[in-house]
Amino acid sequence: MTRAETFFAAGGDDTARAITKLVIMAVGGQGGGVLTNWIEAVARAQRRAVQATSVAGVAQRTGATIYYIEIAPEGTEHPVFSLAPSAGDVDVLIAAECMEAGRAIQRGFVTPDRTVLIASTHRALAVSEKMVPGDGIAKAEEVIAAAEIAAQRFLAADMEQLAVANGSVISASLLGALAGSGALPFPVTAFEDAIRQSGKGVEASLRAFRAGIAVVTAPVSVPAPAVKPATASAPLRGPAKARAEWSALVARVDGLPEAARDMARRGLAKVVSFQDVAYGAEYLGHVETIAARDGGRDGHVLTVEAAKYIANAMAYDDVIRVAAAKTQSARLTRIDGEMGRKDEQVLQLTEFFHPRAEEIVGLFPAGLGARVEASPKWMARIDRLFNRGRRIRTDRLRGFVMLYLVAGLRGWRRRTLRHRIETDHLRAWLDQVEAYRARNPELAVELLRCRRLIKGYSDTHARGLSKFDRVLAGIDTVAHREDAADWARRLREAALQDEEGKALDGALATIRSFLN
Amino acid sequence: MAERSFKREVEDLKLGQGEVFTGEGILAITKALLEAGVGYVGGYQGAPISHLMDVLADAEDLLGELGVRYEANASEAAAAAMLAASVHYPIRGAVTFKGPVGVNVASDALANLSSSGVTGGALIIVGEDYGEGSSIMQERSHGFAMKSQFWLLDPRPNLPSIVKSVKDGFALSEASNTPVMLMVRIRSCHVTGQFTCEDNRRPSLTVRDALSNPRSDWARVVLPPMSYRQEIDKIENRWPAAENFIRDNGLNEVFGPDKAPLGLIVQGGMYNGVIRALQRLGLADIEGRSAIPILCLNVTYPLVNSEMLDFARGKDALLVIEEGQPEFIEQNIATFLNRARSQTRLHGKDIFPMAGEYTGRVMMDAITAFLREAAPGLLPDQARAPNSPPPDIPDLSKVVPIRPPGFCTGCPERPIFAAMKLVEKELGKHQITGDIGCHLFAALPPFEIGGSTMGYGLGPASNAAFDGGGEKRAVSFLGDGGFWHNGLSSSIGNMVFNKSDSVAIIVDNYYSAATGGQDVMSSRAANPTKATNNPISKALKGVGVDWVRQIDRTYDVGKMRDTIREALTTDYDGPKVIVASSECMLNRQRREKPLRTQAIKEGRRVEAPRFGVDEDVCTGDHACIRLSGCPSLSLKKLDDPLRDDPVASIDQTCVGCGNCGEVADAAVLCPSFYRADVIHNPGRWEAWADRLRRRVIGWLQARRDARVLDATRGAA
Repeated sequence: MTRAETFFAAGGDDTARAITKLVIMAVGGQGGGVLTNWIEAVARAQRRAVQATSVAGVAQRTGATIYYIEIAPEGTEHPVFSLAPSAGDVDVLIAAECMEAGRAIQRGFVTPDRTVLIASTHRALAVSEKMVPGDGIAKAEEVIAAAEIAAQRFLAADMEQLAVANGSVISASLLGALAGSGALPFPVTAFEDAIRQSGKGVEASLRAFRAGIAVVTAPVSVPAPAVKPATASAPLRGPAKARAEWSALVARVDGLPEAARDMARRGLAKVVSFQDVAYGAEYLGHVETIAARDGGRDGHVLTVEAAKYIANAMAYDDVIRVAAAKTQSARLTRIDGEMGRKDEQVLQLTEFFHPRAEEIVGLFPAGLGARVEASPKWMARIDRLFNRGRRIRTDRLRGFVMLYLVAGLRGWRRRTLRHRIETDHLRAWLDQVEAYRARNPELAVELLRCRRLIKGYSDTHARGLSKFDRVLAGIDTVAHREDAADWARRLREAALQDEEGKALDGALATIRSFLN
Repeated sequence: MAERSFKREVEDLKLGQGEVFTGEGILAITKALLEAGVGYVGGYQGAPISHLMDVLADAEDLLGELGVRYEANASEAAAAAMLAASVHYPIRGAVTFKGPVGVNVASDALANLSSSGVTGGALIIVGEDYGEGSSIMQERSHGFAMKSQFWLLDPRPNLPSIVKSVKDGFALSEASNTPVMLMVRIRSCHVTGQFTCEDNRRPSLTVRDALSNPRSDWARVVLPPMSYRQEIDKIENRWPAAENFIRDNGLNEVFGPDKAPLGLIVQGGMYNGVIRALQRLGLADIEGRSAIPILCLNVTYPLVNSEMLDFARGKDALLVIEEGQPEFIEQNIATFLNRARSQTRLHGKDIFPMAGEYTGRVMMDAITAFLREAAPGLLPDQARAPNSPPPDIPDLSKVVPIRPPGFCTGCPERPIFAAMKLVEKELGKHQITGDIGCHLFAALPPFEIGGSTMGYGLGPASNAAFDGGGEKRAVSFLGDGGFWHNGLSSSIGNMVFNKSDSVAIIVDNYYSAATGGQDVMSSRAANPTKATNNPISKALKGVGVDWVRQIDRTYDVGKMRDTIREALTTDYDGPKVIVASSECMLNRQRREKPLRTQAIKEGRRVEAPRFGVDEDVCTGDHACIRLSGCPSLSLKKLDDPLRDDPVASIDQTCVGCGNCGEVADAAVLCPSFYRADVIHNPGRWEAWADRLRRRVIGWLQARRDARVLDATRGAA
């Protein structure tokens, strides 16, 4: 045994308190290693003993990653560093993504007595959030609220956006935020030197770095994102006659309860743009009927939800609507912007279509279409003709004109099979709403909301429809109960949880269990 | 070529006597090998020692200058077998792989090597992948040292200690004619620090020299009756020699006061964590001077009886700090104390948790608990009776989503599993096994394909019970890394020999991608020192697979799906193997991005593809994401109160791999996706034609705008 003659008299205080402990939590691929190297280089250049550790390996492939740095106080030559952070013992925590800040808090790395939390508020969604058929996005507000309590100082901004705007990556803006926070006793120039010495994309990194400093040293930390008005600025466009009719229709909206007017105006605009002013009048008719019977409970929620979901039901997703969306004038400008196309560059656009017989037959006149659809032989024949993936180049005239012509079928739409199916479905649904309304207005509201289940195209649409039907059937079995609305909500939420409808099956089984 | 280049760091390996090295643990180990006069090095990549292989590969010129042979071994077994060179020749050799999985693979060779014994120092550097962030089953390599009788070093996790243990390891190996394993933990491999260098040493005998003067001695061969004599030799000579060396050279260290009523016995790798806990309790200073005696075991096997009894003498209680299970060291010490009729109480796993990493929290709690019982007077007031209640921080466990690893943006494996998922939608769920490699991520959502992984290259072998076929066929996945590691013989050979009716899908991404993009035999790049470009399909034919389908663009989801369906439904009842080849996107981008930037700068025509989503066409069902999981395909909440669900959205990190469009088509999803190719530096004719087209399209759009009312523009 090698005997080291070292003695230390117990004093009771944490002797490692003078070591600065810094944790970086990131998503694999965000450049946490680069940030770690920079911070280590800064400390070393300032003649501090420093140590960095990381866990490499497959965790780096898009998973949650963690880096840890310890910096000894001045004058300590041979400190004993820890290789991993400990709960309650972290001075600076840098979270390169909002939920990673949440994870840091969860693991106890952020404590009110000492931790400076520097977090990027942007989201990199986890697969579990994205794959839910409904809205599975985790609530960032809860993390922000917890951070306000857990951190001694909480510095937050969208560091990703800041970096991208400066042509760099998030490690640079985060380093800036760290330098600006004053959490490390090193001058800004020391950080800049570290970036310069790393030698790659130096100018862009420095720009993002300075933006990072600015955002945490500005008097107001993060301005809340302004709520955008719904495309109000653009002037109404179209033929004069239609515009006049439209104005008259909009005036009718003022006859609705105050609470529902905004939704009804948006709904009306959607339906009119989908078809025409006359169709918009039909829409308003439906909404007005319900409004007339709305007792005004819960802020006219029945009318508000009717205004919303009837609009969505009437502006269904058919081939004509998709073609119109793909050929509308604003689209190219938008894509040019998104792709960062410069004037001298050329943009090629490829669309991915895969029509099936159902979509084609949906365009047939209702009577003929219904007969064809009832004949498996004809359906197979049409399927053979049309059912295949089609890549359409909409930057070329041939592809564009093809879709342009389909979009022009708008005038024909009301005669199509698809329209008849949708109209029948709408009527049945609204009749059911009315049937429930008299007995249980809350249940009627929930039934309106079930329209959310129907979305997508082809198989996805069919699956949505079948879930809608199953939920409605389920609701019907409990409609007599006082808590029917509650069950309707639960069934709908279950249906939105997974693709196959396992959660919905479970909820339906529960209902059956207490009914029997 | 590996994902990370160490070309710059390799310069540091040339530092001489007295110069200070600054860098990662992995590099320090490499430098120590050169200073120790190593004669040959090799290994097999795998976290956390992948970078050690990368460093060695990048340092090949320097190694050559020093007369050191570097081998990128085909597997851990091959690496361990290479140490046979040290059996007869006084040449120091070192190999590296990850533990314990690499040790599992190597164990046959290690056992034989241990029985034969060595003349030159034989060092096995194992990156012990245990604890947070580990990608493998949680076990200890420790048991292998015990069963085969080789020695195990577990140095304190700082660069000078690690460097010293490399040299100690060789010397110990030579003194006891026994191979030595140097264990470094995940974080030690990547820990940064400094140490003072010595000059690099050429091996006194190179492997080339040895070839000129070959030796053999049949007493070293593991055959009766020598195998039994070797067993006796281990116990009578090698083990005592090791104990003497460890004791005489002070390989283990004692810190803190001579006399105290209690002491800590710690694995070297645990030392820093222990000191941190003591620092926080005010029982050690910032540089590690301790108020409590610590016996630091830089050698965790074998333990030296006299050292333990010396340390225990006069102490009432000992705490053994040993991570992982079972508690081999604690049991061993208990035996020592018991045989010596010692009255010292022994604690360890009665206080520490049996399983799991000894994190800061665990260490602090356990040492506090031990002190509270053994010497409460030592504890600071706060630890004796904590008075401030922990702050009331909201519980986020329901909010924060788990974030397991997954396929990178543009990964060529994604479309393979999208296709498999589509086939399963048609033909129903199948019996599917996975292997080791990135493709195992398919077992996680959103794909959830594959229910087991039995080891590297063992994917198809783990379906052997189902080789007889049935109403449905079993499917297995195997990576190119696994194929060459062990899969060709253990999995494919097994299928051929047993006339398997199953399907194997080989995911060929041109690299050993999960471990950092090292080349394998079928890599497509030219490698100056390795033989690449050996097609997998050729090897398959060679071992007798007749039904082989080669797919050269995995992104063609339709073709991929049709091929898998064909394999599952064909009348052919022998082994069916699909080779799905496309380059790892991480490596491809790394290779192509600089070239593309250069081409754009030089004014050459470059197409830059990226995907987008029309948000008013997307209905927010996210079916596309359930067939992708790509990091660049995410969701966006619209500020439209008419819409409930967030819509798909593709960010600027998209590399335009094509999976989104292919899946939308193959799965008949929706027409929301579009591909936008921005053409940098278009030709004059191309730019002119584009301007003309845009003008015509603009005219058509204006015509429609004038005829159709767009009410969304004037709404609200």
